[in-house]
Amino acid sequence: MKIVFELNGIKQEIDCLPDSRVVDLLREELGHTGTKEACGSGECGACTILVDGVSKLSCLMLAAQLQGRSITTIEGMSSGKKLHPIQQAFVDKGAVQCGFCSPGMLMATVDFLQRNPAPDRQQIRTALSGNLCRCTGYQKIIDAVESAAAEMRDEL
Amino acid sequence: MTTYASPIGSSLKRVDGPGKISGLEKYAADYYPDNCLWAGAKRSDHPHALIKKIDISPVRNLPGIFAVLTHEDIKGANRVGVPEMDQPVLADCKVRYKGDPVVLVLAENKTLLQEAIDKIIIKYEPLPAVFDPEAALAENAPLLHENRNNKNLLLGGKVIRGNSIAAMSECDAVVEADFQLPWQEHAYLETEAGVARVDEEGILEIIASTQTPWRDRNELAYALGWPVDKIRVIAPYLGGGFGGKDGITVQGLLGLAALHSGGRPVKMWNSREESFLSSTKRHPGQVHYELGCKNDGTLHALNCRIVLDTGAYASLGGPVLALAMEHAAGVYRIPHALIEGFSVYTNNPVGGAFRGFGAPQVLAGLEQVMDILADKIAWDPLAFRLKNAVMRGDETGAGVWMSNSTAIIPCLEKVQEHPLWTSRQAWVSQSPPFKQRGVGLAAGLQGTGYGPMVADIANAKIELLSDGRFRIYSGVADMGQGNNPTNVQIAAEVLGQAAECFELIQPDTLQTLPSGSSAASRTTYSYGNALKAAALQLKERILTRACNMGMGLYAEDFLLSSGRLNHLPSGREIPLGLVAASMRPEERVSIYSYTAPVNRYPDKINPDIRAAGFPHRVFAFACHLARVQIDELTGEVEVCDYLAVTDAGKVLNPQLYEQQVQGGAVQGMGYALWEDFKLDRGELMTRNLATYILPTSMDVPDILSIAVETVEESGPFGMKGIGEIVINLALPAIANGIARAVGQHIFKSPLTAEQLLLILEKRPAE
Repeated sequence: MKIVFELNGIKQEIDCLPDSRVVDLLREELGHTGTKEACGSGECGACTILVDGVSKLSCLMLAAQLQGRSITTIEGMSSGKKLHPIQQAFVDKGAVQCGFCSPGMLMATVDFLQRNPAPDRQQIRTALSGNLCRCTGYQKIIDAVESAAAEMRDEL
Repeated sequence: MTTYASPIGSSLKRVDGPGKISGLEKYAADYYPDNCLWAGAKRSDHPHALIKKIDISPVRNLPGIFAVLTHEDIKGANRVGVPEMDQPVLADCKVRYKGDPVVLVLAENKTLLQEAIDKIIIKYEPLPAVFDPEAALAENAPLLHENRNNKNLLLGGKVIRGNSIAAMSECDAVVEADFQLPWQEHAYLETEAGVARVDEEGILEIIASTQTPWRDRNELAYALGWPVDKIRVIAPYLGGGFGGKDGITVQGLLGLAALHSGGRPVKMWNSREESFLSSTKRHPGQVHYELGCKNDGTLHALNCRIVLDTGAYASLGGPVLALAMEHAAGVYRIPHALIEGFSVYTNNPVGGAFRGFGAPQVLAGLEQVMDILADKIAWDPLAFRLKNAVMRGDETGAGVWMSNSTAIIPCLEKVQEHPLWTSRQAWVSQSPPFKQRGVGLAAGLQGTGYGPMVADIANAKIELLSDGRFRIYSGVADMGQGNNPTNVQIAAEVLGQAAECFELIQPDTLQTLPSGSSAASRTTYSYGNALKAAALQLKERILTRACNMGMGLYAEDFLLSSGRLNHLPSGREIPLGLVAASMRPEERVSIYSYTAPVNRYPDKINPDIRAAGFPHRVFAFACHLARVQIDELTGEVEVCDYLAVTDAGKVLNPQLYEQQVQGGAVQGMGYALWEDFKLDRGELMTRNLATYILPTSMDVPDILSIAVETVEESGPFGMKGIGEIVINLALPAIANGIARAVGQHIFKSPLTAEQLLLILEKRPAE
């Protein structure tokens, strides 16, 4: 089937099987390998993308569900060369180790900070509990989200 | 002239950060070559069986199936492994665990691949299987590998010091306990992945998520019968490793596939379930401890028996046992000791390298026995440890000489004076309703590098580019621990450059030089030493050439700074590119080979155990404290506060150091409390992340990290490895805290809520 959607601000028209998974579509057909897959069954959050601004697991979505939607992946997070403040905070605060969970963490954080611009650490922990990280112990990720939230509030 | 701050000791931002957070960094799993085939294995569904017939006829002519391969298609020895080459790429005569690959399929896409794998029929003749290592040691046990003198015993040995049997009877207090330690799954987020192809010149090129590109190349040549100089292995940044990619995972199958793909590229990427099924795990262990002391608090005698289940294949089951034995007496002086170890084949999944490498299993036991013994003689558990802790020059109870920096006593003292320890009684007494609180601690050590018999060598290579920038050729894979950014930091320090002046080449057997595995807490220690020397050599060449060119009289008059050479007496600035232009290409490349020092003393260990890596020379040390709270109604354990005090030498980068401490402690908490890898007669019961429970952000506290910065003279800028010491102590510290809360030790881990609830229910009503 033919589907039309927006990917990182650019209109896409593609032919695909309606039951192909969105994560495969992004990675294999569209070359957007920033979206990772680590479990394929909705348990780890590595494949998180934004669909109309809301975080979704792309391993649990089928291509047909993209029709008419606007998608953001990690590749579309920063505008131009300047990193998004959340990305910058992840680098500055040491929230990245192997980095395989990072794109999903970042996508989930964008969604979360839109809903809660001034979270405390416990709220951040709760918000990111669907995103597994095996390297960091989460502490520096929480630090980064806390710092990015403050930065983004200042910018407003 | 720019002001220059030394990068060593500063939290220089990771150079791999921007690529990783923008989604642009390409991991092995991210390669999708044009026209590529997908490869996948049909795996055994028997734990032990003879292969009677492989029927590939139902799939051979299916549309979209490119090739169906069996062991008969393998030209080489069809065996991989280090040091014992006993694991087939594709099973030939028999299968030895549920998960052994038997048939390899190459298909046009993932869907067709899975359909074909499901349709292949393999006829087996089941053999008696053995799942318990003690049972596997019995005289009449089914044999995993034929023609082995030691039958199912992969490696066994003893450390004997003094006379522990007689000495035990001289003790005033003795404690005995049996511990059961579980498998632990690495559960790196990037499951095993790679792509391979054979190019026009017959080069088999494999890009894989591997900690061991150089070793892989040798193993692949032997197993597949392809010339070693026609194999190229490239290791991009790994999406986690922790030891689980210390050796061949998909590389053997990928290489085989590429040799039968008609020149097309081939991709493999294990599903999570296949990863759980086929990857190595932390060895489960049965550890018996008997520890005795005198009334004055002096440890006197130790008996320890360690049985590790290495599963169907050797992998690193020998070296893991040797390190378990080496670390079995922990950080204590004990004059009389008997440490026996057995690493045993069973029809279970394969045990292999995992961060800590045998030390977590034994320290879990020892450090709990230390607490019980302290209680028995009414000593404070911390004072008891301080009383017996080794100092530099001492030998541990396992006979390991502490020849290098040894700061376990300062680590213990830091905990002793810390408010989390000093205020523990008040904290426990403020326990909320229906909660029980306890505070536990544990101490331990971890060897750095390969031990005495396998040369721990790193070959660094650094190049001054013609434009005045530098290129570091990394020899050791970066699985996330940050050795690549640390390499930049080290070279930046020596050459006076900003981080932006460097580019990195990832480990690649064509471009970089062999530097061993990304393992054994050695990556920065060994490669860093080599790189520091190579950079120093390059600096001397640059300065000498500047003098040759008449830019100054003396090398010491120059200062290297970012992209420039400053001639201090005249104040002139010379672009580095200008100096580079006057050097021949080979002069601009500096190579240095570093070999780590080894412990040659004492030579009283069984040669097989010594060959497997006993003992080490350089050790990191730590003391961890955990404050735990148990819910009386659910049995749930909450770790409320956690303190990690570490001696890993000088801290090169505080941020990267903390990353290791925090991540290691949390992976240790998973091992202690939740990660319950279950098997039923070789059948995997926990096949995904819904049933095998990893710590989430909600399950763990912030970790407080204190560095005791000794100077390790042999390490680059005084550092020693930190990658593994950080995971070793969460289990015993938490177990000791739980025991103080509920009044009883639990000897089987993980320390599940279920076990806690059973204990709490038996408690008499107050």
